[in-house]
Amino acid sequence: MKLREIAHSRAGDKGNLVNVSVIAYREDDYPLLVERVTEERVTELFREHITKPVVRYCVPNVFALNFVLHRPHGESVTRSLRLDAHGKSLSSFMLTLEI
Amino acid sequence: MKSVRIGAGAGFAGDRIEPAVQLVEFGRLDFLVFECLAERTIALSQLRKRTDPDAGYDPLLVDRMTAVLPACRRNGTRVIANMGAANPRAAARKTIEVARKLGLSGLRIAWIEGDDVLHLAKEFRPFEDQPLPELGKYISANAYLGADTVAEALELRADVVLTGRVADPSLFLGAFVHAFGWDLTSWDTLGQGIVVGHLLECAGQLSGGYFADPEYKDVPDLDRIGFPLAEVAEDASAVLTKAEDSGGVINVQTCREQLLYEVFNPSAYVTPDVTANFTGVHFEQEGPNRMRVSGGKGSTRPGDYKISIGVDDGFMAEGQISYAGPGALARAELARNVLEKRLGWVCISEVRFDILGVNAVLNAPRDWPAPYEVRLRAAGHFKNETDAKRLVREVESLYLNGPAGGCGIASSVRENIAIAPAVLAREASTPTFCVEEA
Repeated sequence: MKLREIAHSRAGDKGNLVNVSVIAYREDDYPLLVERVTEERVTELFREHITKPVVRYCVPNVFALNFVLHRPHGESVTRSLRLDAHGKSLSSFMLTLEI
Repeated sequence: MKSVRIGAGAGFAGDRIEPAVQLVEFGRLDFLVFECLAERTIALSQLRKRTDPDAGYDPLLVDRMTAVLPACRRNGTRVIANMGAANPRAAARKTIEVARKLGLSGLRIAWIEGDDVLHLAKEFRPFEDQPLPELGKYISANAYLGADTVAEALELRADVVLTGRVADPSLFLGAFVHAFGWDLTSWDTLGQGIVVGHLLECAGQLSGGYFADPEYKDVPDLDRIGFPLAEVAEDASAVLTKAEDSGGVINVQTCREQLLYEVFNPSAYVTPDVTANFTGVHFEQEGPNRMRVSGGKGSTRPGDYKISIGVDDGFMAEGQISYAGPGALARAELARNVLEKRLGWVCISEVRFDILGVNAVLNAPRDWPAPYEVRLRAAGHFKNETDAKRLVREVESLYLNGPAGGCGIASSVRENIAIAPAVLAREASTPTFCVEEA
């Protein structure tokens, strides 16, 4: 099963940092997110986009995880040559993680 | 118990205008806030101000003010907007003109200056581990001012407050501080106030925008989503809602997504007014499109202003060409190969090639079937305009000199401004306030 089946996600950027939230549709699924959507697995998923391991914050009050991604120097919305200079599509990519 | 009704009139410079009008007409608002400054917007405005000292404010200022001011006057709604951009004084003058044209005599327009700290560049210090850009390349430098400045401008009995750079959620917090007389060291109250401002600052992103994903997250009437408003109580708890009969949705999912939007450490969201803590925030559905939010907390504010520096970054060029039908991908790859060889000597800075439909946004999995049509994209940074135009010409030359069936070329060259952060001691700059009547 893909993460998309149990969680939704939103990406935001500031400079070369991007945050990608992972929020459980059902509050009961939050422990599963904590168990399966680990820093190691998310770092592996995003390896082409980041320069160091992702950092995960648990936000149980809203049944969510928040990941911080460091993009390479120059990969910010005002400098990136990518079509998706913001990194907005990274939320959709996050939801492809196998659970 | 006293409460304040506050609406979000825009979440970016080019945002829709009619949802703001709808909010003022039906929202019974005390305040309407326009957030129109993205990271780079103020640097672009600064460039316009250099060629015309009366320019440099938001290009949609007149349109927005003309659309909302009559209803604001009728309903007693006060406007807070960072549409001053690089020139709040000129924005205020222009707004006075608009008000007079609309017959709104006596309307009080205030403006805040002091966020422009370019002249203090030598006092800037690095933000975290990020190096300061070369001094000679600065185009603009603006401090993120706080809610205290907005509140102070409102104390002048202003109907409209125009600012340059103010931290986005602080535009909202300033209204609360003014209306409730909150102490500027009541960290928990300020923290919850920032939660409300943060949820509202991107306007439609709380009420169904940047959210719809058919069959997973459906949004009714996405073509006419209503912008959000908050009914805020004196303890900063609030109910988030939108105009009746507007499209979109405000529910627990939209609220949770927006709470974490552009947030890194949820227990330390740094603003000029307070370091807000989102880890106790609680949402509760009170009715259709009515969400109660409470539980935000906070601790002491930083001693420095954060600065956003606009930096001259040369030129950026982009060109695209499509290939369709059998063998489309192979032809696009051949065209990329041609461009790589021909641009090799000119691209001293940086160049990037993508194939839209295959790997431009996300890499397609290896076993993904070949698409029926694709679009090759070349984009690069260049030190000068001549080299930038060379990329465009090389893409255009693919019509006659490239693989079979190349079509639909589009291209552009623009001056680029990059943004870099810094910090500056708070005492170094003191904001100033003025008010005039229409």
